[in-house]
Amino acid sequence: MSLSDVVAVLLFVGVVAYALFGGADFGSGVWDLLAGGDESGGMLRAQIDRSIGPVWEANHVWLIYILVFTWTAFPTAFSALMSTLFVPFLLVGFGIVLRGATFAFRKFSATLGEARLYGVLFASSSLITPFFLGMIAGAVASGRVPAEGYGDRWTSWTGPTSWLGGALAVLTCTFLAGTFLTADLARAGHDDMAATMGRRALVAGAITGAVALAAVFVLERDAESLADGLHGRGAALIVVSAVAGLFSLWRLHAGRWARARVGAVIAVAAIVIGWGVGQYPDLLVDEMTLAEAAGARSTLIGLIIVFGFASVTAVPAMLWLFVLVNRPEWAPETGPPAKSE
Amino acid sequence: MFGLLALDELVAARYQMALSLGFHIVLSCFGVAFPTLIYVVHRRGLNGDDAALTLARKWSKVAAVLFAVGAVSGTILSFEMGLLWPGMMETFGDVIGLPFALEGIAFFVEAVFIGIYLFGWDRLPPKVHLRTLIPIIASGLVGTFCILAVNTWMNAPSGFRLTTDTSGGLRATDVDPLAAIFNRALWPQFIHMFVATYLVTGFVVAAVYAVGILRGRRDHAHHLGFTVAFAFATVAALVQPVIGHVAGMRLATDQPSKLAAMELAVETETHSPLIIGGVLIDGEVRGGIEIPSVGSLLARASTDRAVPGLTEFPVEDRPPANVVHLSFQTMVGSGFAMIGIALWFWWKRRRSDPFDSRWLMRAAVVAGGLSLVALEAGWVTTEVGRQPWIVYRVMRVEDAVTENSGIWISLAAIVVIYTAMGVAAATVLRSMARRWRENTDVDLPTPYGPPAPKHSAVPSTTKAPP
Repeated sequence: MSLSDVVAVLLFVGVVAYALFGGADFGSGVWDLLAGGDESGGMLRAQIDRSIGPVWEANHVWLIYILVFTWTAFPTAFSALMSTLFVPFLLVGFGIVLRGATFAFRKFSATLGEARLYGVLFASSSLITPFFLGMIAGAVASGRVPAEGYGDRWTSWTGPTSWLGGALAVLTCTFLAGTFLTADLARAGHDDMAATMGRRALVAGAITGAVALAAVFVLERDAESLADGLHGRGAALIVVSAVAGLFSLWRLHAGRWARARVGAVIAVAAIVIGWGVGQYPDLLVDEMTLAEAAGARSTLIGLIIVFGFASVTAVPAMLWLFVLVNRPEWAPETGPPAKSE
Repeated sequence: MFGLLALDELVAARYQMALSLGFHIVLSCFGVAFPTLIYVVHRRGLNGDDAALTLARKWSKVAAVLFAVGAVSGTILSFEMGLLWPGMMETFGDVIGLPFALEGIAFFVEAVFIGIYLFGWDRLPPKVHLRTLIPIIASGLVGTFCILAVNTWMNAPSGFRLTTDTSGGLRATDVDPLAAIFNRALWPQFIHMFVATYLVTGFVVAAVYAVGILRGRRDHAHHLGFTVAFAFATVAALVQPVIGHVAGMRLATDQPSKLAAMELAVETETHSPLIIGGVLIDGEVRGGIEIPSVGSLLARASTDRAVPGLTEFPVEDRPPANVVHLSFQTMVGSGFAMIGIALWFWWKRRRSDPFDSRWLMRAAVVAGGLSLVALEAGWVTTEVGRQPWIVYRVMRVEDAVTENSGIWISLAAIVVIYTAMGVAAATVLRSMARRWRENTDVDLPTPYGPPAPKHSAVPSTTKAPP
C-alpha cells in the first residue's frame, strides 16, 4: 500500500462518516419536510430538534475534513473537481449555509410564523444538499471530471449516474434518519409515534432498495469502470449492503428499532465503501489515479500525523458526545428549570 | 473586450471572497473569544452569583446562534478556496494544506464541545459542565493559529521550491510543510489577529450592555456583562498597537510594496514623513497632514532608514495604494480611539459609578462599532496590500482565479444569502433579548408544535407563547 493509498483511506473514512452522520442529519431534515402540519408534525419536529441539535455541527465538520484532506493530499484532483463541478458545489455550499443557519434560527424563533419560515428553509435545504452531493459523486464515478479540470459546466454532472447518485443520496439519508428517529422516539417514550415512524422508515428503506437495484442497470451502461470494479473487488460489499438493508427492513417490521438502526448503518456504510473500492485506484474515474493526484510526500506524512492527532483528540470527544446524547437524562428537551430563571 | 470580461470575472471573484471572509471574520472572532467570556461569568455563577449564572446561560444561547452561522459561513470559504482560486489550490494545496487539516481537527473538537456545553445545562454535573468550555477555548486558539499560518504564508511564502512542469504550469517541489507554517510573518500577525478576536468580542458585547444601561436597565447583570466584556477588550486594546507595530516593522523587508501603500510613500526615502489621511492622485499625494521623519521612525525604528516608495515597483506590481493607506489609518485611528474610551471607563470607575455617565456609555457603544471597523479595516489592509499577488511575489490573483465565467451570478447569490442571513441572525438575537426582558424563556415549546404533548414524559418548562 503506497503512501497516497493510506491517505486516501483516511480521506475515505471521512466520506463514510459524513455519509452516515451528516447523512442522518440531512435525512432528519427530509422527515421534517414530510412531518405534516403544525399539530400533527409537532412532536416529530421536536424530536428532530432534540436528535440532531447537539450533534449536527460536529457531524458537519466531516465535510470540512473531506475538503481539506482532498486539497492537501490530492491538490490537482481538487482543482479539477472544483473547476468542473462549479455549479453543484456552489449549490451544495448554499444548501449548507441555509440548512445550518435556519436550523439554529428556528429553535430561537419568536413566533410560530417565523419558526415555520425557517423550518421550511431548513427542511428543503436538507433535501437539496445531499441531492447535489450525490450528483457530484455520480459525476466522479462516471468519469466525467477531466484530469485537467474545466469539464463541461453542465453535462459533467447531469449524466444518468449523477441523477442516480442524487436520488440515492437523498433516499439513503432519509432511510438512515428514519431508523435513527424511530429509535430516538422510542427511547423518549413516544411509542405510538415510534411505530408510525418505523413504518415510514420501512417504506423509505424499500424504495431505497428498489432504486439501488435499478442502479445496477444504470451503472453498467453509464459508469462501466465503476461497474467493473463492483463486479470484482466491490462485490462482497454490495452483498453485505443488501443483506444489512434487508435485515434492517425485517427488524423495522418487527418493531426492533435499535437493531434496525444498526442494519441501516451497515448497509449505507457498505455501499459507500463499495463505491470507493469499486473505483480504486482511480480518484477521478478513468482520468486520474490516486498516485497521479497525490501531492508532496512530506505533506502526506503530515496528514497521517494529523489523523493520528485527531484520533486521540476529536474522536474520543465525539464518542463522549454520542454517549451523552444517548443517555436517558439527555433525551428530554430541558431538565429541571434553572433556579435563577 | 475579452480581456475586460476576464477582468470582470476576477473582480467578481475577489468581491465574493472579500464578502464571504468579511462576514465570517466577525463570527470567527466570537467563536474564538466568546467562550472565554462565558467561562468567566459561568465560573462566577457557580461561586454563588445567580445573576452571573443566568448571564452565562443566556450568552450560551446567543453563542449557539453565532456559532451555527459561523460554522456554515466558514464552510463556504472552504468551497470558495477551490471554486474561486483553483489555480492556487492546484499548485500550493499540498504546501499550505496541513494547517487547514489541523484547523479541521480543532474545529471538530470545538463543535463537539459546543454541542456538549450548550446541551449540558442541567444535564452535566456543574463543574464538569463548566470545564467543557476549556477545549472550546483551546481549539479557538489552535484554529486561529492554523488559519493565520495559511494567511501569513500568502504574505511570506516559504517551504517549497518553484519549478515549471513540461506543460509550462507552476509546480511546487521540495515541499516542507513545517517551513510553510512557520513562515516569517506568522507570529506577529497571528497574535495580532488573536488579540483582535478578544478586542472585537469584548467591545461588541460591552456595547450591547451599554445600550441597555442607556435605556435604564441598571441591574447587576447589565453591569457584570458590561464589565467582564470591557475588561477583556481593554487589555486587548492596550496590547494591540504594540503587536501591530512589531508586525508592521517586518514589512520593510518582507512586503515592501504593502508598506509603501500603507504609508502612501511615493519615492523611497529616508526621513520619510508620516502622512495622516491624504490620497494619491496621478502619482502625487493630495491632502493629508505630513509629519516629517515620523514615517521612517515608525516603520523602520530610525529616521535614517528608508521607507520603500511605490515607484520602486513596476506599475503592475503595485497594490491600490489609497485603499490600503486609508484602511490602515482607519484601523490605527479606531484603535487609539478605543484605547481612549477604555481608559476613560477605568479612570471614571475609580471615582464614581461609571454607568451613571451617559456620555461614557454612549462612547462604549461607539467603541463596539469601532472595533468592527478596525477589524475589517485591518483585514482590508493586509489583503488588499498584498495585491496584485495571491501568494506574494510568487502567484498573481489573475493566475489563481477560476476560468469559469458567470462569477457575478454566484456573487449576487452570496450577497442575497448573506444579507438575509445577517438580517435573520440579528432579528433572532434581538427577539431573544426582548423575550428575556419579558421574563420568558426563548425556546418555542416545539418547532411548529402543539403547546406541550400531554402524553409526553417531558416536563415542559417553556413559557413562550406559541
